[in-house]
Amino acid sequence: MMTNSVQTIGASPPSAEVLLEVKNLRMWFPISAGFFRKVVGHVKAVDDISFTVRKGETLGLVGESGCGKTTAGRCILRAYQPTGGQLLYHQDNREVIDLAPLSNNELKPFRQQLRMIFQDPFNSLNPRMTVLDIVGDPLKINYNASGKELEDRVAGLLRQVGLRPEYMRRYPHAFSGGERQRLGIARSLALDPRLVVADEAVSALDVSVRAQILNLMRQLQDDFNLTYLFVSHDLSVIEFLCDRVVVMYVGKIVEIAETEELFSSPLHPYTEALLSAVPNPNPRARTQKKRIVLEGDVADPARPPSGCYFHPRCRFAKDRCSQESPALREIGTGHFVACHFAEELTLHGVNAEGEMV
Amino acid sequence: MASDAQNSNALIEVKGLKTHFFLDEGTVQAVNGVSFSIDRHKTLCVVGESGCGKSVTARSILQIVDHPGRIVEGQILYHGDAAHNSAGGEVIDLAALNPRGKEIRSIRGKDISMIFQEPMTSLSPIHTVGNQITEAILLHTEMTQEEADARAVELLRRVGIPKPEDRLKAYPFQLSGGMRQRVMIAMALSCNPVLLIADEPTTAVDVTTQAQILELLDELKAELGMAILLITHDLGVVAETADDVVVMYLGQVVERGDVDSIFHAPQHPYTQALMRSIPKLGVSRHLQRLDSIRGMVPDPYNRPNGCMFGPRCEHFMPGRCDAADPPTIQLATNREVKCFLYEDEANSGSSKFTPAER
Repeated sequence: MMTNSVQTIGASPPSAEVLLEVKNLRMWFPISAGFFRKVVGHVKAVDDISFTVRKGETLGLVGESGCGKTTAGRCILRAYQPTGGQLLYHQDNREVIDLAPLSNNELKPFRQQLRMIFQDPFNSLNPRMTVLDIVGDPLKINYNASGKELEDRVAGLLRQVGLRPEYMRRYPHAFSGGERQRLGIARSLALDPRLVVADEAVSALDVSVRAQILNLMRQLQDDFNLTYLFVSHDLSVIEFLCDRVVVMYVGKIVEIAETEELFSSPLHPYTEALLSAVPNPNPRARTQKKRIVLEGDVADPARPPSGCYFHPRCRFAKDRCSQESPALREIGTGHFVACHFAEELTLHGVNAEGEMV
Repeated sequence: MASDAQNSNALIEVKGLKTHFFLDEGTVQAVNGVSFSIDRHKTLCVVGESGCGKSVTARSILQIVDHPGRIVEGQILYHGDAAHNSAGGEVIDLAALNPRGKEIRSIRGKDISMIFQEPMTSLSPIHTVGNQITEAILLHTEMTQEEADARAVELLRRVGIPKPEDRLKAYPFQLSGGMRQRVMIAMALSCNPVLLIADEPTTAVDVTTQAQILELLDELKAELGMAILLITHDLGVVAETADDVVVMYLGQVVERGDVDSIFHAPQHPYTQALMRSIPKLGVSRHLQRLDSIRGMVPDPYNRPNGCMFGPRCEHFMPGRCDAADPPTIQLATNREVKCFLYEDEANSGSSKFTPAER
């Protein structure tokens, strides 16, 4: 049932060059129990998701905790071995290679091209390494860089992320949260990557510093021709940074659309609820707002509900929703949604003034 | 300070509070001369970035500041009402009480209760939910175990936990994050407090759960008539819940006022910059860059001279802002700003610096 719709998603519009095609990606973690650790079930963290990442874009991956967004990001970087599906990576020389079945050795050349920025700037930097080591290590390992050459390159990277090269001999503890995140970014850029997966890269930062890092990420994207996969739970950050957005719920994609389209006219009730749950920083909007408060909690990915996973919390749910799982299908150009009744529902989005309409 | 005029409806008045931490590396002036008041039945939000002292201020009220911190100066006046017998209509200075003494313990969890950011670490993993809720009830009231259990069920039902009778025997690990936060709220409400202190109650939960929790707090406030002191860094949460707002920076109150004027006519350069730097849903869609505040929050051991925000401020006046601590200037009733920009204005009565209403 899913496979038919998947083919159409894989085919991207001819205008945009594709960097990565994720096809039917599946990451099931086994649950074992008993003396012999028998596998009794699976946590379907990522269950049959398909999308494309276009060259030079920022693709947002948004959802609540437990929706599988981080797992999806890690599968793409091959930090996990996916249990199913393909990761079709379009190389510079136009060759297409599937990253999913490759062994660690075969992956080595691609590790330079796909890099990661982590969430926590405190735990993702080794406290016993100097900045020069942290940022320079990838260069040492991959290019055998050393001495003056290495220092020059590291100094250049530090300047690019807005840090002073004189601080090269310092240890991470001497830096603030925002500066450490800049270090993490410098490290991920050291090898001229093509795709950077940023997993909640600004979530641990304060408001004033967050704006700096978001601006920096935009700037670097232009300077380095980067493609970002930006994983986040924060819709306002996603809206600022991303060109297109993928919304996930309990391991499945519920909606994909251009950012403006998704925010102004969402087609899935879950997206609508997410948008309406974001607190509006305007006290005068308090009275006008028709907030949709979802009942209950996010479904357990080990024991998801039947049919559409969102149906127990959906205010539009009908009988069909609990029986039949909706396929992701295209409604309008580039707008994909997994809802049986997407055409019939009138949902509220957010207009350019920040009001729900 | 300037807050003497409007204390008729005040429940808690914090006056010149200083809470310092005495560490080997030096003294951290986490809270350094903070004054504000919490009115009855109102929600006061304290907003600021990490390290601004907002949590320590909240903890000072309950005298639960962690070692090696302690209140070194100032008053926290609690105006008890006759209905709550621990104060009995008198005014108690909470800052002067012994943190381990009997008096503060009779107020903690009864008149004033608190919910914390991380519900998993704030609940005991080895006691059942029912056990933890009834503990406060049995301690502060004359109820028997059966009555306390019935009250716990009633509370759990009120905070929206399905099948509350069964949940009494559940352990925190069996509940989801949102449910745990609800249990925390039920615990805090068990003795009908007059003030609920909520320290980042929704920071660790998802947006849809956050919406549920904020809605619940609002309902409970209206129903039980308590005041709420909400500590948060999220300006969206402030806009949705607050009646009054206190903006803190590096241990000081930089601006204070009602929620509408803080958001629509912010006066302090820090508040103004903070408002501009948040991405707003809908609005930031077409922005190329966000306005950001340059630099970062200074190191607590190396505080700047004069105004704490001076080194990052757009309106920095050399020789003035770095020379002395700026005065707190009363702009209107319940409206204060701590900035030199308004000093001349206050003296002359004219308005030379009015930011455009947004």
